[in-house]
Amino acid sequence: MQLSAIVQFESVGLRYGTGAEVLRDLDFSLSKGGFYFLTGASGAGKTSLLKLLYLAQRPTRGRIRLFDRDLSDAERESLPHFRRRIGVVFQDFRLIRHLSAFDNVALPLRIAGRDEAEIGSAVREMLDWVGLGDRAGARPATLSGGEQQRVAIARAVITQPDLLVADEPTGNVDADMARRLLHLFDGLNGLGTTVVVATHDLGLIASNPRADILRLDSGALVDPTGLLRNPPRMDRREARP
Amino acid sequence: MILDRIWVSGPEARLLPAEGLHGPTVAVMAMMSFVMIVVAAAGLALANAAGVVVSGTESRYIVELPAASASGLPRAVAAARAVPGVRDVSAVPQAEMRKTLERWMGDAANSPDLPIPAMATVELARGADPAAVRSAVRAQVPEARFSAESVELKPLLHSLRALQWLALALVLLMAAATAAAIVLAARGALDTHRPTVEIMHGIGATDRQVTRLFERKIAIDAIAGALAATIAAVIVLLAVGGGVSATAADLAWTAPFGVSDLLILALVPVAAVAIAIAVAHMTLLRALRASL
Repeated sequence: MQLSAIVQFESVGLRYGTGAEVLRDLDFSLSKGGFYFLTGASGAGKTSLLKLLYLAQRPTRGRIRLFDRDLSDAERESLPHFRRRIGVVFQDFRLIRHLSAFDNVALPLRIAGRDEAEIGSAVREMLDWVGLGDRAGARPATLSGGEQQRVAIARAVITQPDLLVADEPTGNVDADMARRLLHLFDGLNGLGTTVVVATHDLGLIASNPRADILRLDSGALVDPTGLLRNPPRMDRREARP
Repeated sequence: MILDRIWVSGPEARLLPAEGLHGPTVAVMAMMSFVMIVVAAAGLALANAAGVVVSGTESRYIVELPAASASGLPRAVAAARAVPGVRDVSAVPQAEMRKTLERWMGDAANSPDLPIPAMATVELARGADPAAVRSAVRAQVPEARFSAESVELKPLLHSLRALQWLALALVLLMAAATAAAIVLAARGALDTHRPTVEIMHGIGATDRQVTRLFERKIAIDAIAGALAATIAAVIVLLAVGGGVSATAADLAWTAPFGVSDLLILALVPVAAVAIAIAVAHMTLLRALRASL
């Protein structure tokens, strides 16, 4: 069975203002239901690539297709609908500081207009899962870095997005929590969510051998095998042991 | 419409931190609305005064005889009364004229050496011919001057109308200043809460969802300011109104405000709030469109 692409980049370039291109000639596809690690040295353009993926930035050249729609120059009014299908774990968490952990996690559901009763049970379940069930009322400032990271992850995955983009999600958590988070990502991936994790953590990459690796070098993708241009035809989930 | 802008669910309202009613928007709205109400009240009072003057003088004429011909006043009055269509002719007593002059001249107004002209007021029925009255009076006293009271009061009416337009212009100017202040307040609020807005956008919030939060806050501030302004303006107008009434009685004016005037005055703060919300809405949407 051929997996259809959820993301397609065609000759994509990105520059900020009049500076040099931080991303250049990106040609790749991400399969629906795939699991990808995005690696590269600091300044290679990982965060910029993620910004293009979660629609925080438009490419300065090339085309980006997301969810079977060319969004390179889509009207901005149409973007919220697509953003709701993307979960993002920011490197700096980006929690709303005057809201409790509960309200931060509930935010995507409220924006999507879900019922409050449904929100309550879903958020409590998610907070329990990331081990913060007893910190639901705490504000971000009173949480440790790791706890904030977990709230950010809970917020990103609570809507079971079609695409999950995480920027160094395990940077502030211990090894045990990192394993649990990867298990969560894997679980979501198993439910059909495409996962893209930008990380320096080789241990994290090694813990999921089924994942594909996107390596950025000076704004360009290093793709010696050509797999990124031609995603595998075999369903990865079927291939799992 | 205003209530729709204020009402959001509790969790939605929490997305922006509660800051209470002590921001600059409340104070700006209160000051602007207060000035608008008071200036609008002054404009309406002037309009009413002009109306009273016009309706009181449109059928009234003055017969004026120079001091040298003052003895001819009874003949002039009798001649005017004989013209068809003349409703009333009243000679103005000399004592009353001297009393009027006393305001400017003091005791000198009572000096027998002061030449006082003789005057009479003539009130015509609708459709009566003032030229016939002028001819009849001049036939008796050729030096007599016959003029319409409205012509005499034209400069006053002109001034009243000018002040009335000035008041309207001031109200519009204050409304524009209110709008400008709201533009700054909305942009400031957006800048202050930029991280929250970016997070909301990133998670899929629409511009309308983001705008609604800020609109709600500005609407509450605007209503609080306008309410305080209305209370203060009512107190001031009641206090000033007492003085005006006394003067009005002196000038035979009627009460300064009718029901429609009070309705207009009540609408001024409502309009100020509506302007604030509409301007905030447009400013926020425009500012948000600048982002992706």
